[in-house]
Parts: sequence; C-alpha cells; structure tokens
Amino acid sequence: MKNKNVTMIPIYVMGKKFEVPEDLTILKALEFSGFKITRGCGCRGGVCGACATVYRKKGDYRIMTGLACQTVIEPEISLVQLPFISARKAQYAVRDIDTESLDLVKTYPELMRCMGCNTCTKSCPVNISVMDYISAAIRGNLEEVVELSIECVMCGLCAARCPAEITPYNVALFVRRLYGTHKLKKSPMLEQRLRDIENGTYKAEITQLKATDVKKLQETFNELQANKGASV
Amino acid sequence: MSYPSGMRTSVEKVEQTRKARLNNEFPRLSVDDKAALLRNHHPDFREGDKLNLRCGVNKGERVPKVLAELIESPSRLNLASLDLTKPDYKTDVLVIGGGGGGVTAALTAHEHGAKVILATKLRLGDSNTIMAEGGIAAATLAEDSPAIHYIDTMAGGRFKNIPDVVEALVNDAPFIVDWLTKLGVVFDRKADANYFTHMPAGHSRKRSHSIKDLTGLEIMRVLCDEVRNKGIEVLEFSPAVELILDADGRCAGAVLEDLDTGRNIIVEAGAVVMATGGIGRLHPNGFPTSNHYGATADGIVMASRANAKLLYMEYIQYHPTGVAWPEQMLGLLLSEALRAQGAYVVNCDGEQFVNRLETRDALAAAILRECGPRGKGVETPTGMVGAWLDTPMIDLIGGEGTFLRRFAGIDHRFKKYGINPAKEPLLVYPTQHYQNGGVAINVHGETNIPYLYMAGEVAGGVHGHNRLGANSLVDIFVFGRRSGRHSAENYRKKPAEKLSLDHVSAHQEELKSLGISSGITSPMILPDYRFEKALTSTQYVNEIVEAE
Repeated sequence: MKNKNVTMIPIYVMGKKFEVPEDLTILKALEFSGFKITRGCGCRGGVCGACATVYRKKGDYRIMTGLACQTVIEPEISLVQLPFISARKAQYAVRDIDTESLDLVKTYPELMRCMGCNTCTKSCPVNISVMDYISAAIRGNLEEVVELSIECVMCGLCAARCPAEITPYNVALFVRRLYGTHKLKKSPMLEQRLRDIENGTYKAEITQLKATDVKKLQETFNELQANKGASV
Repeated sequence: MSYPSGMRTSVEKVEQTRKARLNNEFPRLSVDDKAALLRNHHPDFREGDKLNLRCGVNKGERVPKVLAELIESPSRLNLASLDLTKPDYKTDVLVIGGGGGGVTAALTAHEHGAKVILATKLRLGDSNTIMAEGGIAAATLAEDSPAIHYIDTMAGGRFKNIPDVVEALVNDAPFIVDWLTKLGVVFDRKADANYFTHMPAGHSRKRSHSIKDLTGLEIMRVLCDEVRNKGIEVLEFSPAVELILDADGRCAGAVLEDLDTGRNIIVEAGAVVMATGGIGRLHPNGFPTSNHYGATADGIVMASRANAKLLYMEYIQYHPTGVAWPEQMLGLLLSEALRAQGAYVVNCDGEQFVNRLETRDALAAAILRECGPRGKGVETPTGMVGAWLDTPMIDLIGGEGTFLRRFAGIDHRFKKYGINPAKEPLLVYPTQHYQNGGVAINVHGETNIPYLYMAGEVAGGVHGHNRLGANSLVDIFVFGRRSGRHSAENYRKKPAEKLSLDHVSAHQEELKSLGISSGITSPMILPDYRFEKALTSTQYVNEIVEAE
C-alpha cells in the first residue's frame, strides 16, 4: 500500500490481542492476525451471509451483530466468528400448497411466540425490518413479507438472537416462494415463446446461422446493434 | 467516510459535466478500433502472464501462469494412505459444487430418478451465483428471438463459441426462466405480467431478467431450499480433491477432503457432474477479483489430471466496473445493469472516453488505458486508481427514485461507507470476473471422459473468448439441467471393477521425469490471505498500474 502511513490498532480475537491496520474489515483483520478462515467466509461481498459475526466495542455493554466482510474494525474491538447457526426449516412441495387456505402459523407455530421485542430487526446486518415482516406473516399478508424481506442474506443472526426462537429467514423464504409460484401471473409473452420453441419455429433460422461465415454474422450483429432501442 | 478531499475535486468536475453529457453519448468503437484497443490494453493479450502447459493431455495449451503452476504440481492426496476398495459413499450421480450449476444438476438428476450426492467446498449455495446482481439472459420478449440471442452470444465470444452448445443455450433459456418462476423466484415484472427486462452491453434486445440487483441471491435461496425440501444428501465443507477413474479411464467417483477434520472421503459414483466454478481467487494477471472465496480452479486442476480436454483457458474476463473505493469493497462487482440504466463512464475530468455499452473486454481495456498511459484516472488515498461510473445519471434519465428502486443492494452497501450512489458517482477499476474457457463439453455437458460432466463456469466453449453479461446465469441453469438429466439417464449401471487414482500417480511421475518441482500441492481449495496477504488486492493493483 504505497502513499500510506499505516496506523496500527489493537483488536481482540476471542480475547487474544493483535495489532492490525486501522481501516480493515473484521474479515480482513482476522486474516491479517493470522487466522485462516474456513467456516465464516463466503462471497466476501456482503450478499451470501456466511460471515455472520458478533462483536463488542470498547466500553460498550452491547453485543453487536454484522457481516464480517462489511464491518470496519475500531480500536479494542472484540471479535469472534460464528461458524454455524442451526435452524428449523419446514419441508414442503411449493406447488402443492393452496395459498387461499394457507395458515402460516400451522407451518411455523413458533410465529405466535413473537413478543414484539424487535431484537431481530436490530440484529439484521442488511437493515431489514424483520419484526415487521414477521407480523405481516402472522396476518397472512404475503406480499408485504416479500417486499420487506427481499434483501435477506440468510445469515441467521435474527434467528440466533430471537428470544422466541423463531427462524425469521426461513419463514420469509417460504412466503416468497409461495408468492412467486402462486400469486404472480403467467407472462403471456413467455408462454408464447415456449410454444414457439417447442414447435421448432426458430430451428431453421438457427441452423442457417450456424453455417453462416463469421464476416456475415458480424455484419448481421452490427445491424442489430445499430437498430436496437433504449437499454431499459 | 464519503469521498476524501482529494477525490472531491474530481467528483465536482463529474457533476459539472453531467447535464452536458446527457444527450451527447460517446460513439461506439469500430470493429478495427476495438481490435486495436484490445490488442494494446487488454490483459489477455499481455505477454508474460501466460504459459504453455508442459505436461498431461493438455500439453501445449496456453493458460494463465497461476493456473499452470497448480496444474503442474503434485496432488494434495497421500496416495499410499488411501484404500479405494472401501468407498464411504456409493451413489448414482455425484455433483461437485454447491452453486447454481451444481444445485441445478442435483435437482434435475434427482427429478429423473437418480440417487444424488452433492459435495461442496463451503456451505450449500456459497458460490459466484449468489453474487450475481444483474440478471439472466433469455429471449422472452416478442421482439426478441433465440436466433438473435444466438448472434449476440457468438459476436460477444469473438465467434469462437461452439455453435451447437450456443444453440442449446439460447433455446433452453426461456424454459429456464419458466422453471425458476415455477419454483417461486420472484422475478421483476411489469403491470401486464410480462417480465421486466433490460439490455446489458453486447446484447441487441432487452433480455436480462432480474430480481432488483439481487438476482443470484434470490435464485440461489430458492434452489437451496428446494434441495433441502427434496432431501438430497449434501456434504458441506467437503471439496473434491481428485477424480477417481476406472481401469479404462472412465470417471467413477471422487475423493473429497473434509475441511473440518482433514479426513478423506471416497465417493463411488455412476457419473460425476462438476460445477466447481472459476479461477478468480488465483488472481490471474494480478487483478483483484469479484469472485467468492472458493473460486480456486480446483475443477480445472482435477479434470485436467483426469485427462479431460481444456478449451480457451487463456481467456479471462475482467469486468470493467469493479469497486475501486472504498478500500473495504475493492474488487467487488458493480452490475452491468447500472450502465444499461444510464450510468456513463468518465475520467477524472468528467470526460467520456468510451461508450458505456461496449462489451466488457473493450470497456475494461479502455479503463486500463485511461488510468494507465493516459494518466486520467482518479487516485485514492490508498494508492488505487479508477474511473468514475456516473450513477446519478440513472435518476436523471429514469426519474427520481429509479436508482433506489432498481439497486437496493448496491445502495445499501455504499451507504455503509457514507457514499450515496444515487447522488454521487462510484469509482471503478477492472476486476477479474470470469473464466471464459474451461473443460470442453458437448450439448449434454459431457466431456471427453465418459461419465464426467461439466456445468457452468468450469466448462468451456459456451462463451467463446468472451462472455456476455447475463449469459452466465443462464448457462449454469441450462447446462445444470442438461448434465443433470443426461447423467441421471446414462450413469454407469454396472459398478466399476476397479477404482483407480493411477492417473494421479502417472501425473506425478511425469512431473518428476520433466524435472518440474513447484514446491506446492494442488488443488488449492482456499486462497491464503493470512498476515500481509490480507492486504494483497491493493498491492496487486499498484503493480498493474506501474506496469502499464
């Protein structure tokens, strides 16, 4: 790292002290300290939920939660990676469920144990209103659950912190799948395209393209590009 | 945090030129200009970063130096300590890899009646698939057709794609959208129930289907859930380290390594589908990467050792818009959809130097040229450079709120670092994104080794020398479905007489006789980022900029 005077700060990993550059993420701070991560690291980009982490800042009584690849350290932060969070998941065949008569509470009875403490929302590293979608699920408002939960990275922190032992992210996934399968209408254009492909509508054209020389194909492509409309 | 003062001055220039740029788009490159740009500035054409393999069935094949080193190394396995006569598992189909391709192959093979085991390096779903923001390509609009999708894909691949395989891709693509929709994937829709689609660079029609900027995440969540619902056996934290062959060189299973205990697990299988992904974490050419932690080309190393033929391995895709600031997000990908929706690419003075809709290879080369020899990059306090992706243009074109509606994930990630991408531009630099080549396959995903299939990034030929945006998501599902089905219908019914790792011993003998000694073993499994190496990505970029 040229042009840079690296300031080192102390951190604690499972109680043990290390000195690391000040602007690292928790994940890189652990690695800089010499830990080779196997469990607790995935995409390194904030979407896979593998690096769920709990930490405490100096002088603070609270246990904080976050994704290790997204959270920047501070002096005397105390760290540990969560290797695994066990959670219950319902088994189901998504197409066989009748959404009209569906009672989510039958599938996930522990939903009724929600006491509205909002710990789930506070623990979510991607700022989802977890408690709000849980109450939408109890009310049976599928669409609201989809909207509120769409950014969920399934890290498990809400479930790990929930005093009622609900697994919110599995409830949300169940609801999104039901909504996608049963509530979204079929696309007429897609239906037509599938029929056309099955009837061999494009077969002759593609067979001919496969035999077309590169120069001609490039010209056809150039024409297509010249005449294409707006990108959205 | 936001932008430090040194970068602010440049941000102001970008703001001042924004309105004037709006109806004054930089012209597209001519065919000749594009070829010259690639020749002079694309890393694929740089001398010294590639080697010709010296051993095995792929001898003479040009591959990235970092990959050659792994292929030309002895196995991780202690061959003498393994007893292949007592397999730990027996199954009809073994799927190696827990990303989109692997999970799809497992579901499809299961659907067609095979007993399936899925083994994966990290958790089920940990993969590049989950990180895919932009979308999945399929000709579903009335004004589109699989034939147009075919032409675009071939042109993007510099016409080196295998035509039959591309035909399979474009014909199956709409069926994949249908399959995923029926599984409950909540694709973005329009009021008339048709799909909301956009047109990434190099495509001629709006055919990329998305779920906000969380396309891969949503699909992967659904598919992993389905694997659990079907009760398919999943071995997590158990990457494959070598393929097992029979006495006739046909595939008969794999040896796994349990990452928690270090134990080797022997799986005998009637067929093996490999969906192990790409090469990013080897940092070819020294670039940062958008790839997930496990992308270490294990599949290529194992398959090559088992005598599978490689194709186009020297062609690596550098995504033009990797994050260059903030430091914590370095190398992560910014979706092509940002450009499709109106974000222009500009230099430190707010001037355009390339059209935003050039293909990935050309745009990456243009940014390298702008930041290198032309000296028009923006320098960060950590010594990185980059060009601006002018994201505020998206609201300017699409109306206030468009950015937030379409790019919730990107918005969220940048706001953590005090940057509001709807109002401020983002600094980008090319990042290693995709391995264009791989193990050669036919339309069923079969390789030249009987009972060995490939699906997704590990396979080569679908994308020629350069993949188009949104064609990877569709590739993994098309060839996941095809290999899953074909393997379930054609796996070895009579057990192999003898399981063998003789090909591995032979490989090691060959290395010895050639006097090749790398000092490491392979496959790599996970990169080593301990100690100073935790800071590698920035160091890499400094070296590239200096070399330019």
